[in-house]
Amino acid sequence: MNLLSASHLSDWHIMGALALAGLAGPLLLPALATQIAFLWLMVVFALTWDMLGGRMGYNSFGNIVFFGIGCYAAAVVQRDGGLPYFEGLASGLVVGAVAAVLAALVFGAAMLGIRGHYFAIGTLGLGIAAGEIAAGWDYVGAGSGMALPLYPGELGSREIFFCYSLFALAALCFLVFRWLYGTRFGLALNAIRDDHDKADAMGLRTTPIKIFAWSLSAFFLALSGGLTANMIGFIDPRDVAFAGATFGVWMVLMAILGGKGTLWGPVLGAFVFHIVQELFWTYLLGWQRVALGLLIVVIVVFFPQGIMGWWAARRLRATS
Amino acid sequence: MSALLEVRNVTRRFGGVVANNGVSLTVRQGEIAGLIGPNGSGKTTLFGCITGTHAVDGGDILFEGRSIAHLRSAPIARLGLLRTWQQTRVYSEMTCAENMAISAREAQGGLLSLLRSVPVSTRRKGDDLLAFAGLHEKRGDKAGSLSFGQQKLLEFAMALMNEPKLLLLDEPTAGINPTLINGLIDRLRRANTELGVTLLVIEHNMRVIMNLAHRITCLAHGEVLAEGPPEAVRADARVLDAYLGVA
Repeated sequence: MNLLSASHLSDWHIMGALALAGLAGPLLLPALATQIAFLWLMVVFALTWDMLGGRMGYNSFGNIVFFGIGCYAAAVVQRDGGLPYFEGLASGLVVGAVAAVLAALVFGAAMLGIRGHYFAIGTLGLGIAAGEIAAGWDYVGAGSGMALPLYPGELGSREIFFCYSLFALAALCFLVFRWLYGTRFGLALNAIRDDHDKADAMGLRTTPIKIFAWSLSAFFLALSGGLTANMIGFIDPRDVAFAGATFGVWMVLMAILGGKGTLWGPVLGAFVFHIVQELFWTYLLGWQRVALGLLIVVIVVFFPQGIMGWWAARRLRATS
Repeated sequence: MSALLEVRNVTRRFGGVVANNGVSLTVRQGEIAGLIGPNGSGKTTLFGCITGTHAVDGGDILFEGRSIAHLRSAPIARLGLLRTWQQTRVYSEMTCAENMAISAREAQGGLLSLLRSVPVSTRRKGDDLLAFAGLHEKRGDKAGSLSFGQQKLLEFAMALMNEPKLLLLDEPTAGINPTLINGLIDRLRRANTELGVTLLVIEHNMRVIMNLAHRITCLAHGEVLAEGPPEAVRADARVLDAYLGVA
């Protein structure tokens, strides 16, 4: 009955292959380093969204806020800190992560008591508000955004550096989440998703569990924000940092496409989505947004349970 | 026997409807207490008041001598007072074994204690209780795929996993295949005698509750109508009147 054994790949095989790809990719295909870096960013996006949306049943459209906080924290620390590039980057990442976790604690205490669609709408407002605040705040460059300091290395090395950094972050995020989902905490998240009132009535400490989950997502998102801002070299309040209409929506889509609430679903979703998107940009230029919109419709209509869910259902049908 | 739960003059209103009007009842340590009454008499509301889902508008509720009337449901559960629902509540996308694991007492701990995997002893205990409920072969199935009756049994097993001192059961036999009811009564009794769980059972099936309970309280229109040993309550003219409307 065990269909996953023997002929199929184990987690460790897939992780090993991905680690190899992550390490060798930028060296073999240096021209694609930026695209590969964005792929790892997408993996972080999908994984962090899935912790709430997939595992815990809280569909957040505001996770982009933590990414944006990471972008801006790095930019401000690097601008005002007077530190050399890498020290500045490291301090910016730390400050961003702390700020995002604090924000998650505050927003979480205020918003995680709201359930279902109301939480989704509330967080959507959070993301939009953050973009508007950043766009009107002179200290962070208001509508004209902020430029990050120049990367000190030689031409082309910046892409490689951030490609590896984002790979390391995605890998760390995956391993931490994978471990967490194997603990009681992972079960508690699922219990909250399946029946919140029951979880309360069984004595689970649901509020701290939910806030911790969001804080953890915020932590990884902020780190990804600081790295991405430095890779791009410039942050626009609405198009990069608090890009709710692109990054913010993609997070949700990738997790759903791959299969939310599964270990590999978000990773798979990020890969498929990112590669398809890159192909659209290359071969359908001018129509890429139309094609992307159609892809979104196809995902929602034909893969409501994601690729993993579709695959599991197919296997079930094949065996019965 | 000392009182484990004391409900004192509890009143609960929903708008203009008084669902519980000065209800008092006592559940003694170690017994099986029954709660009966016609539909709409306020039984489930009383469960909600006791377990913290409804705030009480008046009166007090003591569990082991301590007032719990103003606690929420999670802290009440952590004191060892649990309930099940008339319409079952299980974690439908999780397997039966996972449902059991997350119902263990240690899952009620703080965040740090949650960051550990489920110990083998807990898994084993979950398996044993699933076997007790007759669900062992379903342990890997999603709880949502079980039949209604099986979900009731699972919910009962989940509650036992938590080792409560007092368990409130809301119509445990409703919707269960009549041929399985005797087995269920037997399991409720064994939970009481072997596992030492005190039970307060809402039940419409008179045969079941008369067999099971040591003492019965009958509610009607939100008030206590009668209370005492099963035979006495069954013979009480007011109880017959409330159920059958005989003048």
